[in-house]
Amino acid sequence: MGNRFESVQAVRDGLKEVNYLADDGIASVAFLADRLGKPVLIEGPAGTGKTQLAKSIAELTGARLIRLQCYEGLDESKALYEWNYKKQLLRIQADKNSDSWNDVHDDIFSEEFLLTRPLLEAIRSEDPVVLLIDEVDRVEMETEALLLEILSEYQVSIPELGTITAKQIPLVFLTSNNTRELSEALKRRCLYLHVDYPDLEREKLIVLTKVEGITEHLADQIARIVRNIRQLDLKKSPSVSETLDWARTLMLLGIEHIDAEQAKETLHILLKYQTDIAKAVKELSSGK
Amino acid sequence: MLDLMAGFVAELRSAGLPVSLTENLDAMEAIRQIPIEDRDAFKYALGATLVKNSAHWKAFETVFEVYFSLRGPEYSIKDEDSPDEFWREMQDQMRQGEGKGGGGAMDSLTQEEMMNLLMRALMNGDQAMMRAMARQAVQRFAGMEPGRPVGGTYYLYRTLRNLDLENMLDKLQDAQRETATEPLTDLEERLNKDEIESRIEKFKQEIEAEIRRKLVADRGAEAMAKTLRKPLPEDVEFMHASRDEMANLKKALYPLTRKIAARLTRKRRKGRKGPLDFRSTVRHSLAYGGVPAEPKFRSPRPSKPELMVVADISGSVAAFARFTLMLVYALQGQFSKVRSFVFIDGLDEVTEYFKSTEDIAEAIQRVNTEADVVWVDGHSDYGHAFEVFWEKYGRDVNAKTTVLLLGDARNNYHAAQSWVVKEIKKSAKNVYWLNPEPRSYWNTGDSIVGEYGNHTDGVYECRNLRQLEAFVEKLV
Repeated sequence: MGNRFESVQAVRDGLKEVNYLADDGIASVAFLADRLGKPVLIEGPAGTGKTQLAKSIAELTGARLIRLQCYEGLDESKALYEWNYKKQLLRIQADKNSDSWNDVHDDIFSEEFLLTRPLLEAIRSEDPVVLLIDEVDRVEMETEALLLEILSEYQVSIPELGTITAKQIPLVFLTSNNTRELSEALKRRCLYLHVDYPDLEREKLIVLTKVEGITEHLADQIARIVRNIRQLDLKKSPSVSETLDWARTLMLLGIEHIDAEQAKETLHILLKYQTDIAKAVKELSSGK
Repeated sequence: MLDLMAGFVAELRSAGLPVSLTENLDAMEAIRQIPIEDRDAFKYALGATLVKNSAHWKAFETVFEVYFSLRGPEYSIKDEDSPDEFWREMQDQMRQGEGKGGGGAMDSLTQEEMMNLLMRALMNGDQAMMRAMARQAVQRFAGMEPGRPVGGTYYLYRTLRNLDLENMLDKLQDAQRETATEPLTDLEERLNKDEIESRIEKFKQEIEAEIRRKLVADRGAEAMAKTLRKPLPEDVEFMHASRDEMANLKKALYPLTRKIAARLTRKRRKGRKGPLDFRSTVRHSLAYGGVPAEPKFRSPRPSKPELMVVADISGSVAAFARFTLMLVYALQGQFSKVRSFVFIDGLDEVTEYFKSTEDIAEAIQRVNTEADVVWVDGHSDYGHAFEVFWEKYGRDVNAKTTVLLLGDARNNYHAAQSWVVKEIKKSAKNVYWLNPEPRSYWNTGDSIVGEYGNHTDGVYECRNLRQLEAFVEKLV
């Protein structure tokens, strides 16, 4: 359907230019999403760059990013559209005598009185957009159904107005932290991408690109220590964003070569649970 | 291609992955968009359309490997001296590196030379070299014969035994120490060791893949896929889990508890409403000019059950008991109180172990090492254990308590003492029995689960994570 990207490699290079280091999986799926015109469901641990991927793709394609943050209790009027009641009321009161009932009825349910919410906005947009539906696992099972029409047909049905079809197929990304199983119906409509913690090489590259002025030696050390810590049985493994925070901290402290002591003192940036920190300290101080 | 895809999808389905028709069509569409030479992109294209659960990715990879990456004449077992690009390249490199002219054919390398090459490959982390070494190692050591009905693990074992990789680790570390300009700190040594270990691990995987390739070439994809078929993580049986599978299960446990907890809170919040909240109603009535148009209700206080877990931790069912304890404690917040007891033929309370630490794994460790559970000979005696339980803790069982009994009820022909279970049932709210054995084994041999089961509110088969999850949810 779409033709935004030449090839998988082009996606990869493009993303690199906007400072997002994609691996093969990410690039392939992004490429397919465009070609097949299908939404992408991204799952994975927190802080591995799921949301950032959508943002970077938007930047790469020069599209506008429309974001729908999901939360419990999200409903139609917040996600799709809402009628502007106050304005409708004003319209009815403005000229009570002149119009017949039919005129008023047709009039107050026209586009003028429609408040568009993110999903409808993405559909109606003339210019290219990337739609990001963030943390979709937070909405209730029933609310998911609200997304189905837009995800498979790229259209929204409004009873009073009829069906609004997309002027252009937007790239859609859904992210999930996997706090619950998403419905089969939703999964079936999406391409699935699992983003895990990066491997050593990629993490090192990420640190090198994202933290200015860091030496390769330090980046390598950081990546190795983080990998070591991730192998422990922790409540919450350090995420990529925490790795970056740690790297920045070390830069600020003017450390160019980490020894065990310095690592231990700054561990609280990587790990957020006391028990985890204790474990990591033990791991780092034990000999070979 | 169509036939191949059909076989591939059929195999995925028989491995337990739920692949729907539309997903299958999507996959077909997806691979049309991808140049077929790009193996990785091809794999991810199939993965993104067919696999919608990250836990299933491993199973997918195995099937994919068998069906797609392992084809071609160069993998035939018979063909001993097939031309090998990597190998040649490597030999060229070696010649250039050492200036040693004419190393001859690879087969003429002595074992020692080969080991040196391998060491260099591991040292530099050179992927291509490592792959070539794996290929050579399998050809040399595995002694594979076409049509021989031996599993892949046998060949793997033979190859690894000859390579002696444990030694390699030490050697590599020594070598690194020598090359370093200044003495390495402890931390650096450890990190280096990590790196080497992960490279060796990668090398092992290469060898395994190589062996698989050859077996596929020999036996055909379908037969091979069938032998490689492994249960999905949620279907792995507790009683027969290998060490790797157990580690995977443990990893799956934490996200699972989070999922269950999230689902339960949601269910509670959405459930029945409590009594009228007068204050809140009046406050909200202000928006309607003082008319209480929107009555507000208090959220009900959730009734949280008290839980007593009594678990058999003797050999065969230990893994299951550990697992259930872990799950129960990870969900502690959902119960008002959890007490746990473990037994073999004696019984001991282990609640304290879980209270004194936040780390469940550590507590489990202490249960295994410190709990006083052996009375006479260390063979399961449910009867005696239950008697002790009733005697010591029986009065703590009250109408709010739910009692979970875990075990296979294989009593080694001791006295059953099932009256204890009957008594517990009388005073407790509910009594459930969880049995990790398949239902068809119940009440065979020395299993007397039926005799105990008569007095409980239900006996549940809990062979895998899926069944355990279903039960726990029902419980809360």
